[in-house]
Amino acid sequence: MSFNIVVLAKQVPDTHNVGKDAMKADGTVNRAALPAIFNPEDLNALEQALRIKDKFPGTTVSLLSMGPVRAAKILREGLYRGADKGYLLSGREFAGSDSLATSYALSCAIKKMGKVDMIICGRQAIDGDTAQTGPQVAEKMGFPQITYTEEILDVTKKAITVKRRVERGVEVLKGKLPIVITVNGTAAPCRPRNAKRLMKYKYAKTATERQTSGTDYIDEDHSYLILNEWGANDIDHDPKWLGLGGSPTKVKSIQSVVFTAKESKKITADDVEIEEMMKELIANHTIG
Amino acid sequence: MNNLIVYLEIEDGIVGDVSLELLTKGRSLADELKCKLEAVAIGYQLDKIGDQVFPYGVDTLYLADDKRLSPYTTLPHTSVLVNLFKETEPQIAFMGATSVGRDLGPRVSSALFSGLTADCTSLEIGSYEDKKAGKTIDNLLYQIRPAFGGNIVATIVNPECRPQMATVREGVMKKEILDPNYKGTVKKLDVSKYVSDEDFVIEVIERHMEKSKLNIKGSPIIVAGGYGMGSAENFKMLYDLANTLGGEVGASRAAVDAGFVEHERQIGQTGVTVRPKLYIACGISGQIQHIAGMQDSSMIIAINNDPNAPINAIADYVITGNVEEVVPKMIKYYKKNSK
Repeated sequence: MSFNIVVLAKQVPDTHNVGKDAMKADGTVNRAALPAIFNPEDLNALEQALRIKDKFPGTTVSLLSMGPVRAAKILREGLYRGADKGYLLSGREFAGSDSLATSYALSCAIKKMGKVDMIICGRQAIDGDTAQTGPQVAEKMGFPQITYTEEILDVTKKAITVKRRVERGVEVLKGKLPIVITVNGTAAPCRPRNAKRLMKYKYAKTATERQTSGTDYIDEDHSYLILNEWGANDIDHDPKWLGLGGSPTKVKSIQSVVFTAKESKKITADDVEIEEMMKELIANHTIG
Repeated sequence: MNNLIVYLEIEDGIVGDVSLELLTKGRSLADELKCKLEAVAIGYQLDKIGDQVFPYGVDTLYLADDKRLSPYTTLPHTSVLVNLFKETEPQIAFMGATSVGRDLGPRVSSALFSGLTADCTSLEIGSYEDKKAGKTIDNLLYQIRPAFGGNIVATIVNPECRPQMATVREGVMKKEILDPNYKGTVKKLDVSKYVSDEDFVIEVIERHMEKSKLNIKGSPIIVAGGYGMGSAENFKMLYDLANTLGGEVGASRAAVDAGFVEHERQIGQTGVTVRPKLYIACGISGQIQHIAGMQDSSMIIAINNDPNAPINAIADYVITGNVEEVVPKMIKYYKKNSK
């Protein structure tokens, strides 16, 4: 028994290090100005897929990402850790997509990839925190979904059993394949890079990357170095559902967050000062 | 037609606070839009739901009552909402930004091709100028949410598609009874017309839901720790301080991610929003996503080694020093001076 698993992954700006030049005038994100990383929960998703592959050799784990050409970096990262194939969906037609347009484009790409048993992705991406893409891909594919997954407990030819962690508890759900699974950050962390795989896939590139580096030719023995790169023309789609035009939500305005500073009392760890503060808090009935 | 509708989250026959908060907000927006406030309950044995929600000003309550609809699973609840929305064409639909609402909302929005904005922190009515089309649309829902790790606040609109959908976290909006005697109409839906057998492909095998034991949201005093606390061990002194003052312990996302405390205690954009009388921030630098969840506290004390920590800007008392040194002294001098 083996499965075809698609893992959805997003390259995200590291939102812990956001500078002033991170936003463009139209309100979209200037990704070029930020360090780009593999979305953390997508790594948890990859691990769940690789565990199925460990159990069922012959399973294929394909990574799919939509983004600019430089997002190929996370596909390589995925190959180093155990994924079999990388697919990049890239092109100006996809620019300005909200979660719904993104989900539509991804679903068109998945349909082109052939028979799929499971689509596994992170619960949400750290740049938007919306948690919408997984369920929306599921709806577009007509698959059921299980979100907030902490662990895949069992897989059979027809069904999958999953433990999910929600705010106030734990559920065990059993669903029919094909299905979409979204994975929480509380799931097992992704295994590290494998040194042999790192050597093998170091030069895996997309078509655009090969052109840029002048290594356009790949002989048959090295076809594993091809990262599939698809544009809008490569997938069967209706252009009106792509990109900004296919996005029902529009950004009206963006504001940087500024908090109104208060007049603070500045004190130190000195005993007298702490005691004085505690007396004040008791006197004005804040405590006690 | 074109009303505002709230999806009610129900556990053990009780409507969740997050839904009642959304009804409160929904009532005031419906008044502004001069439309009705509606609510939809999907589950089993829903006879008592009306008593719980009508006081919040609900004009119409739809009930989809069927044994198969409880506990929640994605597809049947999606089908009820999608079909009901096609029928009644609401202009706005709200859900809690909970593990239910965030599972259901995107599925419904995708099926209806209507825009959904997650985790809104503010909802307003306003107009939008579509420059390309050269027209202005009035009475749109402004869905205001932090993005990008909380570093910016974005106002999102859905100019064309309906319903305009938004999710909001528990505790962000206020819950307020409009009129204890307010009476709306109950409309029972014929469930078999809304769901199909294919919707029941997910089976719930086990389910352990706990009533939240913590009540951080309702605590008048919160002692919160950040990554700067360094370890779960060091959090113990925060529990000591909280116990002494009669408060609860909270934490920043970084402290939760580091495993110092459980997720339930997380305060901020991706945790709970709190408005206590006193907030004591210990070893918290003040990422915007944290500040967004506690800035409305009446009084804020910030204890930090770093005199330039962002949180100091909004604090009433800024204590520059080691938490390990300051917290025991606070306990000591509280005990000495109280009574």
